[in-house]
Amino acid sequence: MKNIKVTIDKKEVEVKQGTTILDAAKSVGITIPTLCYLHLKDFNITNRPAGCRICVVEVEGRRNLAPACATECTEGMVINTHNIRVLNARKTVLELILSDHPTDCLICAKSGNCELQTLAHEFGIREIEYQGEQSTYKKDMSPSIIRDVDKCIMCRRCEMMCNEIQTVGALSAVNRGFTSVVAPAFEQDLSCSPCTYCGQCVAVCPTGALTEVDHTNQIIRLLADPTKTVVVQTAPAVRAALGEEFGLKPGTSVTGKMVSALRELGFDYVFDTDFAADLTIMEEGSELLDRIARYLKGDTTVKLPILTSCCPGWVNFFEHQFPDMLDVPSTARSPQQMFGSIAKTYFADKLKIKRQDMVVVSIMPCLAKKFERSREEFSTDGNPDVDFSLSTRELAQLIKQANINFNALPESDYDAPLGESTGAAVIFGASGGVIEAATRTAYEIFTGKTLEKVDFTELRGLESIREATVDFNGTPIKIGIAHGLGNARKLLERVRAGNSGFHAIEIMACPGGCIGGGGQPLHHGDSSILFARQKAIYDEDKSKAIRKSHENPYIQKLYKEFLGAPLSEKSHHLLHTHYFDKKKVIEIDE
Amino acid sequence: MDTKYKMYLLVCGGTGCRSSQSNVLEERLRKHLKENKLENEVQVITTGCFGFCEKGPIVKVQPDNTFYTQVTPEDAEEIIKEHVIKGRQVQRLLYKDPDKKEIVHDSKHMGFYRKQLRIALRNCGFINPENINEYIARDGYAAVAKCITEMTPQQVIEEMKKSGLRGRGGAGFPTGMKWEITSKSPGDQKYVVCNADEGDPGAFMDRSILEGDPHSVVEAMAICGYCIGADKGLIYIRAEYPLAIKRLKIAIQQAQEIGLLGKGILGTKFNFDIEIRYGAGAFVCGEETALIRSMEGGRGESTLKPPFPSVSGYLGKPTNVNNVETFANVPVIINKGADWFNKIGTEKSKGTKVFALAGKINNVGLIEVPMGTTLREVIFEIGGGIKDGKKFKAVQTGGPSGGCLTEKHLDLPIDFDNLVKAGSMMGSGGMVVMDEDDCMVSIAKFYLDFTVEESCGKCAPCRVGNKRLYEILDRITHGNGKMEDIDLLRNLSKVIKDTALCGLGQTSPNPVLSTLEGFYDEYVAHIKEHRCPSGRCKDLMKYEINPENCVGCTACARNCPVNAITGERKAPHTINQELCIKCGACIEKCKFNAIFIR
Amino acid sequence: MNKIKSLDDLRKIKADVEGKMKLREHSENAENLVQIKVAMATCGIASGAKTVMDFLVSDLDKRNIPAVVTQTGCMGYCYAEPTIEVTKPGEEPIVFGYVDTKKAEEIITKYILTGELVDGIIPVNYEKIEDKKN
Repeated sequence: MKNIKVTIDKKEVEVKQGTTILDAAKSVGITIPTLCYLHLKDFNITNRPAGCRICVVEVEGRRNLAPACATECTEGMVINTHNIRVLNARKTVLELILSDHPTDCLICAKSGNCELQTLAHEFGIREIEYQGEQSTYKKDMSPSIIRDVDKCIMCRRCEMMCNEIQTVGALSAVNRGFTSVVAPAFEQDLSCSPCTYCGQCVAVCPTGALTEVDHTNQIIRLLADPTKTVVVQTAPAVRAALGEEFGLKPGTSVTGKMVSALRELGFDYVFDTDFAADLTIMEEGSELLDRIARYLKGDTTVKLPILTSCCPGWVNFFEHQFPDMLDVPSTARSPQQMFGSIAKTYFADKLKIKRQDMVVVSIMPCLAKKFERSREEFSTDGNPDVDFSLSTRELAQLIKQANINFNALPESDYDAPLGESTGAAVIFGASGGVIEAATRTAYEIFTGKTLEKVDFTELRGLESIREATVDFNGTPIKIGIAHGLGNARKLLERVRAGNSGFHAIEIMACPGGCIGGGGQPLHHGDSSILFARQKAIYDEDKSKAIRKSHENPYIQKLYKEFLGAPLSEKSHHLLHTHYFDKKKVIEIDE
Repeated sequence: MDTKYKMYLLVCGGTGCRSSQSNVLEERLRKHLKENKLENEVQVITTGCFGFCEKGPIVKVQPDNTFYTQVTPEDAEEIIKEHVIKGRQVQRLLYKDPDKKEIVHDSKHMGFYRKQLRIALRNCGFINPENINEYIARDGYAAVAKCITEMTPQQVIEEMKKSGLRGRGGAGFPTGMKWEITSKSPGDQKYVVCNADEGDPGAFMDRSILEGDPHSVVEAMAICGYCIGADKGLIYIRAEYPLAIKRLKIAIQQAQEIGLLGKGILGTKFNFDIEIRYGAGAFVCGEETALIRSMEGGRGESTLKPPFPSVSGYLGKPTNVNNVETFANVPVIINKGADWFNKIGTEKSKGTKVFALAGKINNVGLIEVPMGTTLREVIFEIGGGIKDGKKFKAVQTGGPSGGCLTEKHLDLPIDFDNLVKAGSMMGSGGMVVMDEDDCMVSIAKFYLDFTVEESCGKCAPCRVGNKRLYEILDRITHGNGKMEDIDLLRNLSKVIKDTALCGLGQTSPNPVLSTLEGFYDEYVAHIKEHRCPSGRCKDLMKYEINPENCVGCTACARNCPVNAITGERKAPHTINQELCIKCGACIEKCKFNAIFIR
Repeated sequence: MNKIKSLDDLRKIKADVEGKMKLREHSENAENLVQIKVAMATCGIASGAKTVMDFLVSDLDKRNIPAVVTQTGCMGYCYAEPTIEVTKPGEEPIVFGYVDTKKAEEIITKYILTGELVDGIIPVNYEKIEDKKN
């Protein structure tokens, strides 16, 4: 493609044809402020409605100012990014946006992490000349996500994630003019929509319009309650991201410090969801092998491929969107739920306490986990297997609130018995990890041989849909991987068509897998953060002494002492689940 | 003629002529006829407006077609005695051609006084729109036939370019050039779209064309399809136009049945067909990118240009979007030739423009005038002047995107560029005339209210900025404005124009800016004196009783719904301003002109 | 309806219909019909054009006056709706404004039957493309 020359703020720049003014300016160190624009490089995620008009610049010869994020450079273009016309326009537009935005920053969940607040700070806004009516809407609280759309600035990022990336279609712009806002159809609550609670809307919201349901205060109260035994589990991807909240470089693995922090906070037992991930592999892997074995024997009723089921956003998605295929996914519960189930039976028995006196808290990179834990089928006599699910961000909040100097904490180990895990479990946190972990175990069980090389690099990466064939000693096993629900939909449609040829498919709702989960520290559009987290996950796997789930001694012990064997009756009762047709038929109030 | 009358005197009863005593003239004519015992031979008839109010009152004599201008009641006798009885024309009353300085004896040679020329409206009111044969009889489908059998697409495009036709939807982009760009855009599938989402308040020319001459649009779309290489046309029409939709459907069906739409039209290889798509009446969907999004099933909102629809439009394919009136001109250009067309109009705006005349004007209606006609001619000749003899104050053109033009603009020849220079725009052709009773701050507020409602809400300056503009205007009309508000209005207007995403937002402050320009004093009066010069703003009105006129009849006090008026019987009354709700009931009841508004 | 398969077909139809229309409009032949067009765009219908049209049809029929009443589009005289155009055989068309059923009755009784003009004529105030010469 040919290069073109433009002049930005009197600097000559040569850029490739098709380059936007924003990128051309960046290449010579000129940062143009943006607000609605979001670009996750290498993830195919771009939000560029050119709606906020904060990034406007003057292009000589044009009547109006041009949005830098969406205007392509043309040969000989002369651009001014900070003359009086531009600065006045930007400031006025920002004041307009602020004039329709609550100014309760002091108590806003996003305070300190809000892109609008940052802009107001950078622009030195001290008063808002254009005061007037503010648009107000009803607040919507779902099990996972709070919508306070008084704070919506119509950047449309959430809508883009929900529709283009996730193809969920829960959110879109409604109404006209001043009352335009992003909302579910008919301005119903999220819980009436096909929302999967994946939380990707929250992950990209620049303001406090979309936040997670915050349970930190309840946790502080419970930790102070001497009658409760509070058990905590931490998901694989949390350790790869938590450090960012304390100023550490993205990709810094903080497992040891996190365990120390949780102990300091007063949790009675600090366990690892990774343990349950190993358990998941035992159940799900066995289910895969069982289906393959039946298939190879000529059973035509067997459902292949098997689909992973550890991602609750994904489970919600297929219950809403593919109710005809509920028998395809694995029946294995997610690691969070397996953990809760084992903790409140096996472990509670060991402690000789009633399940009612045990509180299981999970730390998750995910907001759908909040919904998952509230599912009726995951409770016994009204007592849920997992009592609270906190996001990575909420954990950071708890640590900060308790004035714990996180960075100065020593590293410590998880408690036994539910704290021991393998490298296979760690990689659950990245796209492709679950299926790689399953492959490590299934291969050895299927072939009876020991794996020479446990790294299945062909299953790793961040391409949206990946396919690979693994040789199980002469039997080719075809594996598919998708992250992001839009990509999942594409694979699902191939499966529905019946000729996909896959044996197993891993699906994660969030781009990149759990490292990019809706409960993680905000990436603010910087995809290098996701890559760094991914690397941290695989590095941790490599550092582990045991890297196959079935070799986890505590897992072996659990089966021996309690469950019997994978897919046993007890396993089915405690570790498996079933799915529901949740196709939405929209009902309107009144 | 089998009539009992041998002669008719047609007297213009248009409001303009009425105000110059044409009714008195009529009476005198009748009187003199009776005196001469001619009342059973000659009949006086009142007609509608001749559209020549400048030279009114008009009297036309039939059957000899004599055309008298500026006839006063005093002339009645001479007309009867000379013309009717002796058969001699009254020379001094005949119209003198200002160019040739010749007296015109016969109205058949008076075509030039007709300010209107009907090109786009050529068939409206002439043919039965539901009968394709009547359209064919008036050269219908001859243009598309000529194009596809005798011309190459490029030749047609050249002809269109040469004609100088510019888009009639508002912006005035050269039509031929648009077709050329779309024809050159690579794409396996292309589309012709007709924008029939007429949304300007008071504009209805597109509806009238579709209701009166739907085939002209169908034919023009086929011509466009031939030029750009599209075999599919889509008409985006608002669902609020049921009659237009019905007639379009009939037109399309008839054209299909007869083989003028479909495959292999007129034995050529040219295929073209048309589908109708319905809009829900969102004003912003008249903006082409929003229209396309709406047709695709998305939310009707604008997207950034470029890419222009001619490169990436409906379903991402090259799409040529033209407005109804633009299309209606096309067959005429092909039939009569670009050279015929480009001699009409001004240097940069060729042809005619249809306007919907509305507001405080006598001849409310749909008119079509050559570009370059002045506002004065449109308002005072064709429009018959201001209603009830009031004073002209302003004319709003271009709808919510346009501005208010004043007295000083009256002799401005109307074309795309002149209107923009004057701070307004052509728009789709709404023309709302205002008189001395209209408050210009309220007018600006009215248009802003419309834009606030109709903004798609996508970009911040339009979504929030227009709302703030409205709020500032609102507080001024309620007497709560400050002088700083004028600076706020100016800066905000400038920024909205500079930063809004689409044409809607980029033009929405025009009503504010143009009224600030032309009627600054009115703004100041509202703010500083808390006074609405036109007496429109209720909050700034004060009803008072003139004690000199008040006889204390108590009629006002008895009719005041809030008991704001008190006073002794037979003594002057007073109005308690705190209680008064300015309903005006007192003024209506007062027989002594004692109550006035300040 | 027959398909038009070529340019010649189109020209033939044009000549045919045009001829018929001209004959109707300009022939002195008394057998020819009175032509009435009622402006039936949304604006006209809103002002009562439909009622007027129904009245014209039934009244002309009642009086055995050979006439054709058709609908047409907007004539542009919104201030004078409903408007109708009456063309008597061999005569120039005349447009009448403000036509209610009473006026319509008057137009039939006076203008159509006796040729007597009545109030409410709207003079043609525009040029047609056919007249516009360069």
